[in-house]
Amino acid sequence: MTGLPDLAGASVLSALPGLVSSPRVWVAIVVIGIATYSFRLSFIHLFGRIDEVPERIRRPLRYVPPAVLAALVFPDLMTIRPGLVATLADERLIAGIAAGAVAWRTENVFATITVGMVVLWLFRFVVFA
Amino acid sequence: MTRTNGTVLHEDLVAGVRDVTPLMLGIVPFALVAGIAAAEAGLTLAEAVGLSVIVFAGASQLAAIDLLGSNAPLAVVIGTAVVINLRMVMYSASIAPHFAEYARRTRAALAYLLTDQAYALSVAEYERNDDRSRWRYYFGAAASLWLVWQICTVVGVVVGTGVPDAWGLTFAVPLVFLALLVPAMKDRPTTAAGVVGGAVAVAVAGLPLNLGLLVGAIAGIGVGLLTEART
Repeated sequence: MTGLPDLAGASVLSALPGLVSSPRVWVAIVVIGIATYSFRLSFIHLFGRIDEVPERIRRPLRYVPPAVLAALVFPDLMTIRPGLVATLADERLIAGIAAGAVAWRTENVFATITVGMVVLWLFRFVVFA
Repeated sequence: MTRTNGTVLHEDLVAGVRDVTPLMLGIVPFALVAGIAAAEAGLTLAEAVGLSVIVFAGASQLAAIDLLGSNAPLAVVIGTAVVINLRMVMYSASIAPHFAEYARRTRAALAYLLTDQAYALSVAEYERNDDRSRWRYYFGAAASLWLVWQICTVVGVVVGTGVPDAWGLTFAVPLVFLALLVPAMKDRPTTAAGVVGGAVAVAVAGLPLNLGLLVGAIAGIGVGLLTEART
C-alpha cells in the first residue's frame, strides 16, 4: 500500500512518509471534507425552506434505503467469476445468505453479525481450508 | 443512562444510543482498519484524525488513504472519494422531510453526522414509531457512531495491526448493512428495488471510482417506481 517515494529530486524529509505532514494530504482531506459535507447538507438544507416536499420527489425517496443498502452489500458478498461454481463457492456469499436468513427471521443486528462472522470463519478455516 | 424523564437524557436520545450499539460490531473493526491503513500509508496521526473528523465517511477514507499511499494524482484521490460519497445526497433527500421543522443551525449540525448507519437506523425507526423525537433519536445514534469512529481510528493508528487480515473482521460492515437492508424490503416495490439494486451493483462492480454503487442504487430506485406503478 505504501508506495516507495522517488528519491530523485525530493528532499530527504519528504521521502520519509509519516514523519512530515504533507500539504498534499491536507488539501485532499479538506476538499473531500467540504464536498462530503455539502452532499450531506444538500437536501436537509433545501427542504427546510419549503413547507411540503412534493410527491414526485417523495415517491422515489421511498426506494433509496433498499436500493442503496443492497448496492452497498451485494458486491461485498459476491464477485462474478468465470464459472458458476467459482462464483457460488464463496464463503462470503454463504455467510451472507445465512446472515440474511437470520436478519429476516429475527430483525436482530447483533444476531445477524454473529451468525455471518461464524459462518464466514467456518467456511474459510474449516470447509474450504 | 436509562432515566426516562427529561432531566438527564431524553428517552428518545437513549433509544438512539441503544439501537446503534449492536451496529458498533461493524463500526469498530471498520474504524480500526481505517486507522491502521492510514498509518501504513504513511499518514501522520494528525492527518489520520483530520481525515476521520473532517470527512467522517469510512469507505471514502479508505479509498483516499489507499490512493494517497500509492502516490496517485491529487485529482484522482479527491475524485474517487467524492464519487463514493455522492450517495449522501440520496440520504440527505430521504431524511430531509423529517428534519424540515428544525432551525437552520440544528439542521446544519445534524447533516454533519449523517452516515449510512445513522441514516438507515433513523429512517427505519421513524417509519416504525411516529412519536419519536426526530433529532434526539438520530443524534443519539449518529453522535455515538461519531465518537466510536474517532476513538477507534486513533487506536488503529497508534496500535497498528494486531488481528490478522484472514479473520476478515471488516466483513462485519456489509453484515450490518444486510441487517438494515432486510427489514427495508417490506413489500413488492421495495423488495424489487433492493434485489435489482444489489444485482446491478454486482454486475457492474468493475466500474472505476466505485461508480457501481451509484449505478446499482439508481437502477434499484427506478425498478421500485416501476413496480409500484404496475401494482
